[in-house]
Amino acid sequence: MTVFEPHVERDHVPPPDEATTRRGRAWKNRLFKAAMLFCMFVAFGTLVVLLVDTVVTGWPALSSQLLTGLPSTVPDEAGARPAILATLYLGALVLLFSVPVGVLTAIYLEEYANRERWWNRVIEVNIQNLAAVPAIVYGILGLAFIVRGIGVGRVVLAGGLILTLVVLPTVVVASREAIRSVPDSIRQGAFALGATKWQVVWRQVLPAAIPGIATGSILALSRAVGETAPLIMVGAITYVAFNPTLMGPYTALPVQIYNWTKQPDVDFQTLAAAGAIVLLVIVLSMNAVAIFLRNRYRKQW
Amino acid sequence: MVSEDMTQMEAPRIDSGRIAEVSHGLDRSEVERREKVFSVSGLEVSYHGNVALDGVDLAVHKNTVTAFIGPSGCGKSTFIRCFNRMNDLVPGAKVSGTVLYHGEDLYARDVDAVEIRRRIGMVFQKPNPFPKSIYDNIAFGPRVLGMKGSMDERVENALRQAALWDEVKDRLKEGALGLSGGQQQRLCIARALAVNPDVILMDEPASALDPISTTRIEDLMHELKRDYTIVIVTHNMQQAARVADMTAFFSVLVDEDGGRRHGILVEYDSTRKIFTTPSDKRTEDYVTGRFG
Repeated sequence: MTVFEPHVERDHVPPPDEATTRRGRAWKNRLFKAAMLFCMFVAFGTLVVLLVDTVVTGWPALSSQLLTGLPSTVPDEAGARPAILATLYLGALVLLFSVPVGVLTAIYLEEYANRERWWNRVIEVNIQNLAAVPAIVYGILGLAFIVRGIGVGRVVLAGGLILTLVVLPTVVVASREAIRSVPDSIRQGAFALGATKWQVVWRQVLPAAIPGIATGSILALSRAVGETAPLIMVGAITYVAFNPTLMGPYTALPVQIYNWTKQPDVDFQTLAAAGAIVLLVIVLSMNAVAIFLRNRYRKQW
Repeated sequence: MVSEDMTQMEAPRIDSGRIAEVSHGLDRSEVERREKVFSVSGLEVSYHGNVALDGVDLAVHKNTVTAFIGPSGCGKSTFIRCFNRMNDLVPGAKVSGTVLYHGEDLYARDVDAVEIRRRIGMVFQKPNPFPKSIYDNIAFGPRVLGMKGSMDERVENALRQAALWDEVKDRLKEGALGLSGGQQQRLCIARALAVNPDVILMDEPASALDPISTTRIEDLMHELKRDYTIVIVTHNMQQAARVADMTAFFSVLVDEDGGRRHGILVEYDSTRKIFTTPSDKRTEDYVTGRFG
């Protein structure tokens, strides 16, 4: 039996004992498998420990008081209703702004832009780079241009606009991927029937790309909902004892959690953990919606 | 097989039965009595300045099947895409020379390529149904063109013409991607028919299909020829012999330095002549299998 070992130079190495080699190879196989399992457990185990710890810590404070109550200096009476509502508003605003802008940008870049023109290449490279810019930088930008520059003020709308900036590159990149994965034969088939470019894009390419766009957008939204730094920058103030409005002051759930963890009273730590559970539930249910949408559209095909 | 028009033909040098049976082809004189749908002269196509096809002159007549055959890279697919201006969609493609469609220049400045494609349908090598229901695949064309009338009727007619109705009538709302390859290709033909075209271009329509599906597509071409003008690209000589009235043989011309190569039209004549008494040595070599 010949064993294929391309890297072994037989002139210098005595022919290995066949049984030993086989045992060695089996051992290597097991070692590699163990290493992979270990890495998987490090990643997954950390997540599980974190989740369990949060749930165990936060469980006592998880009550309707947390969901419906207003913030208070007394831990037993404190709730996060304004923060939860503001987070939902922010999420809605981000979807409202980032999906149309992001998808249209992606359509332009994929379907219309002539890659032989230098400005289109510049735009492409910049969008890739923007996706990697730290969120705090967008926060500073938002403070300078949106909050102060055009004078929107420290309100929910400003927060929504800044989070839109944060996730827009991600939405564009995800939408481009989805559009690019639509096979060219679909476009050709539609053109061959006398459809205009607009009809091809709107009636064939976009519907076929929707599962990918929806998934990408909702995942980007999850990220926006969990962002803290840029919101602190643009003044999501911490003590809001009333329901937020579009043009009023607000705090967001991650900011609220962050502030609770800063309190010396241990009961506030518990509240923070409970708030984290609420945030997790919001994010996970959005991801569930993404999966649901994706499967639903796929079934129609 | 070889019959009436012996007057204008030499005795067959090639035993056509050995290669393929030329079974349905019309005589050249009969074809040429029919109205010209396309007449091409001095056509050249280049991509980013590299000539792909040069010096093509031929005419396509109404209610006939015209086949383009030739080895890979001879420009036959490039050529068929000139008829519905699909080359417009390829960056860097340039078409020069004239292509007249019912006497009007297809490439004139005021001609709308979108309108051209409505009247000149196309079926591609690989079946490309839209990821929608069978019904919506057929209805897409009429919808984007804003055609009036009953859509249900239109869908049924198109599917009947493409000999697919009986197989799919109970599952029109199901996804087209669930059909077999041969059914998908007939769906693509039905889709092209639904917009009432004048011409149907087929770019190797059966090359991705099994023999039975291929036969059905070929039978379909005989049917469709009564109402439409059909142009087909095929790398399968037997197929050309079986379906086409006229056949054009394309080949690759290699420059003397051997560096650049482009497609040329070698010979264009009735299918019967091409497969039995071709005038050009290169055609004879190709159809007898000595080359390509």
